[in-house]
Amino acid sequence: MNKNFSFKLHFPILVFGIAAPFLFPGLQLQFATLWVMVLFALTWDIMGGQMGYNSLGNIFFFGVGMYTSVLFQVGQFAEIGAYTAAHGGDSFTFTNAEYYQGLVIGIIMSGVVAAITAALLGWTVFGLRGPYFAIGTLGMAIAAGELMGTWEWVGAGSGISVPVFPGSAYARSLLFYFLCFGAAVLTFVAVQWIYKTRFGLAVNAIRDDEEKAEAMGIHTLRYKTVAWSISAFFVGISGALFGNITGIIEPLEVAFPTVTFGIFMVAMTLLGGKGTLWGPVLGAILFHTLKEVTWTYFLGWQWVALGVLIIVNVVFFQQGIMGWLMEKFPEKFGIVVENKEATR
Amino acid sequence: MTNYVIEVEGVTKSYGGVVANQSISMKVPDGKITGLIGPNGSGKTTLFNSIVGYHPIDEGSIKFKGQEISSLRVPQIARLGLLRTFQQTRIYSNMNCIENMLISVPHRKMGFADMFGEREDKATMEEVERLLDFVGLYEKRRLRSGDLSFGQQKLLEFAMALMNKPEVLLLDEPTAGINPTLINGLIDRLRRANEEFGITLFVIEHNMRVIMNMAESIYCLAHGEMLAHGSPDEIQNDQRVIDAYLGAH
Ligand SMILES: Nc1ncnc2c1ncn2[C@@H]1O[C@H](COP(=O)(O)OP(=O)(O)OP(=O)(O)O)[C@@H](O)[C@H]1O
Ligand SMILES: [Mg+2]
Repeated sequence: MNKNFSFKLHFPILVFGIAAPFLFPGLQLQFATLWVMVLFALTWDIMGGQMGYNSLGNIFFFGVGMYTSVLFQVGQFAEIGAYTAAHGGDSFTFTNAEYYQGLVIGIIMSGVVAAITAALLGWTVFGLRGPYFAIGTLGMAIAAGELMGTWEWVGAGSGISVPVFPGSAYARSLLFYFLCFGAAVLTFVAVQWIYKTRFGLAVNAIRDDEEKAEAMGIHTLRYKTVAWSISAFFVGISGALFGNITGIIEPLEVAFPTVTFGIFMVAMTLLGGKGTLWGPVLGAILFHTLKEVTWTYFLGWQWVALGVLIIVNVVFFQQGIMGWLMEKFPEKFGIVVENKEATR
Repeated sequence: MTNYVIEVEGVTKSYGGVVANQSISMKVPDGKITGLIGPNGSGKTTLFNSIVGYHPIDEGSIKFKGQEISSLRVPQIARLGLLRTFQQTRIYSNMNCIENMLISVPHRKMGFADMFGEREDKATMEEVERLLDFVGLYEKRRLRSGDLSFGQQKLLEFAMALMNKPEVLLLDEPTAGINPTLINGLIDRLRRANEEFGITLFVIEHNMRVIMNMAESIYCLAHGEMLAHGSPDEIQNDQRVIDAYLGAH
């Protein structure tokens, strides 16, 4: 990737990210969601774009992270069963120290548990290829939502509420905005780094021809498992944050939203251009902005608008924004014939 | 005494009702070039697939440097230093030539941390450029490999195999689809890979001029059975081979 181009995007996005909550104080949570979307697209692309494994169930780790976080936030200081039986928040109060300790540990554990879950599941789902993998992972996410809905200990279908933030509504929005922004930046930096290491080449090789990769001695299962775990780690963290923003964690709509966030992950990445570093970021920003605008101005038509966008994207514009740029300006991306005299 | 790197003993492999290999026994001597010929569908590729662990065999034993490998998986066998190329050329088509080469480094000693290791260190890059030069693809090195011509892709696949530093390389029809002048160049490169890099070659080939020139000994399969084995001269004059494969001149 062209260094100049990267920098031209890094800088304004960073500045915007830091300034946004102060410029648009009423929209802090919408912007927080924007960064979660960027994180979604980046992590989906590790698997779908870079490795060629189109998972429709990555939202599973969102729910895993969300529940893990709340269980650690509450469980360190209260009995979970009693907490959910009393319907959470109001009857139990946490001191400031308890709240923040719980939050920090909850966020970290959400990533760790999601990553470990991915590694364990990897041994079974990586036996599936192509559409079977897509459907298998989707089934996993749907089943998880249904199962959590029957588990009384964690509140079953009526959910579990997160500890109440000990401060003003403004401080709460600001805190979670910056946590979401930070998580997205961290994800971007991590992803950018791993793609530059051998890992990037290995997952691309698996995408292009997994049998060839095996025949060349690449530890394919190891790479696939680690790719999925990295993806799950960050999605898990986003789940922890989003659960805290929502306040009440309910299994179907909030923790395992397969047909909304679960599909948005894929749509945003395809829009921006899968298998590229910046594609998912651009796709997420564009998609989320469009979604918020249609939600505000064309209420009732918002799903139609998104549907049209997705259809236009996959029918006429499969390579996405970054893919289109690479086709249009290959030299800018270093795709050139070079003879020896010119380079040696 | 000759050292054999591959020893195949009584290997049988069938697909449903089709017996593709019927108790095949053969040996590949260390450091030499060995040929494998036979009519279409005689079971040559099947034998390669059995050796590299692509599918389980029904019966028999396959040894690499004395170690039984018939129950190992493909990547494990590749990491032992026993590599194959494909009859239908396989490269990573969305990656450029350099990237194809970089990921083809030996994975034998790769630990967990090496997954995130430096991929373009100076020594590796020099090796990549030297080998791409060796197969004549240096100028195309930044192009998407899927956009190369068929023959160029074959050369790239061969360079990738060399990058992997195998001890033994199984080549499935390396000259198929390559033009006559380039074939001479390729024969020369195969020989040099054998002599200079010390790689043992086991080559399936339909081009008789190529295989008779290169190989020291040749096996001939027909209908899934080992029909004959001998020096190029012996094979050329073997009546069974002439009847089954070469035809009367
Ligand atoms: N995956 C498979 N499933 C079913 N039958 C197969 C399979 N692979 C090979 N065969 C059968 O096994 C037999 C041997 O095939 P093989 O590919 O080994 O031949 P070959 O000697 O390499 O031929 P060619 O010179 O055409 O490449 C053929 O009859 C073929 O139809
Ligand atoms: Mg064949």
